[in-house]
Amino acid sequence: MTYTFIKKLYYGDIPEEKGGGSNYQTKDDATTWPLWEVFIRSKQGLDHKHAGSLHAADAQMAIENARDVYTRRMEGISIWVVESKYINASNPEEAGELYEPAIDKIYRHPTFYQLPDEVNHM
Amino acid sequence: MNSQLIDYTLHLADTTLILSQRNSEWCGHGPVLEQDIAITNISLDLLGQSRNFYQYAAQLIGDTDENKLAYLRKEREFKNLLLVEQANGDWGQTILRQYLFSKFQYLLFEQLQNGNDEQLAAIAAKSIKETAYHVRWSSEWVIRLGDGNEESRSRMINAIDELWRYTGEMFAPAAYETLVDVSLLEKNWLDKVKEIFNEATLNVPENTFMQSGGKEGKHTEQLGFILTELQYMQRTYPDAEW
Repeated sequence: MTYTFIKKLYYGDIPEEKGGGSNYQTKDDATTWPLWEVFIRSKQGLDHKHAGSLHAADAQMAIENARDVYTRRMEGISIWVVESKYINASNPEEAGELYEPAIDKIYRHPTFYQLPDEVNHM
Repeated sequence: MNSQLIDYTLHLADTTLILSQRNSEWCGHGPVLEQDIAITNISLDLLGQSRNFYQYAAQLIGDTDENKLAYLRKEREFKNLLLVEQANGDWGQTILRQYLFSKFQYLLFEQLQNGNDEQLAAIAAKSIKETAYHVRWSSEWVIRLGDGNEESRSRMINAIDELWRYTGEMFAPAAYETLVDVSLLEKNWLDKVKEIFNEATLNVPENTFMQSGGKEGKHTEQLGFILTELQYMQRTYPDAEW
């Protein structure tokens, strides 16, 4: 009988070079804290929205700092933190070729369906 | 019986007020932005707890209010622990003071929320969540600094030397402390502190003489300066309001 094990990966298991992050930081890593992006979910059922960024030494500290800085006034019930270097963003100069072709293809736009009232806030 | 309850409530209120005032001295001076916000958040949490206690005490005493109790009493009338009036020192000393106190406060609130006094039980039940976060935050900093580099470790060792003599007072019951027997909390507290100190590669001091007197109004020279700043506005412009 064979067993299938799910291996849980923890932060740091995947070595930096294979992690997919960029290497924008040029200062010595031992003395500077990395930058983290913070996403907060304000209510059960909604998505995590980007709330800002902060510096922290590790993931645990980043969550606590995010809790202290971004949930002071009841802004949320759940926090995600990601190191900024792992966020890959599209290049603004390529905005033309990425986004403009979709504009005049109205047969793709989801605007003709009438949402029922119960889900109208989507 | 009632005067005991009043004294005890004032002791709880004064302790949290003075610690809140001490932590607030970091506002704008924190080592890092996020930690500046963290320590001032803790200060506000403690202020909230202190207000709850003062309001209850004012109700018990009658014909007074939380403001008079906080702003118009003198040093010898304050019953806070000696530990919380000690100077902030460096960041290590501040977080160590927070940890040693909050761990005790957590154990105290655990007992208080099942105690005989309804109002104190309610305040404890509400505040224990805040205290749980204070314990978590400060214990991690103790580990981070203790198990950090040479400088952070030596600063933590100095901080322990400075503060340990004030920890005994937390477990020596005053005459009015009849609701919860704090001497029973000491073993649990010491075990947890040893656990954290082990991880932080720090040592718990042995056979230290313990200072006392705060609960009876006999304070160190620090309290006078704290109250001067805290009470200046109310004493100079009586009944002034925002």
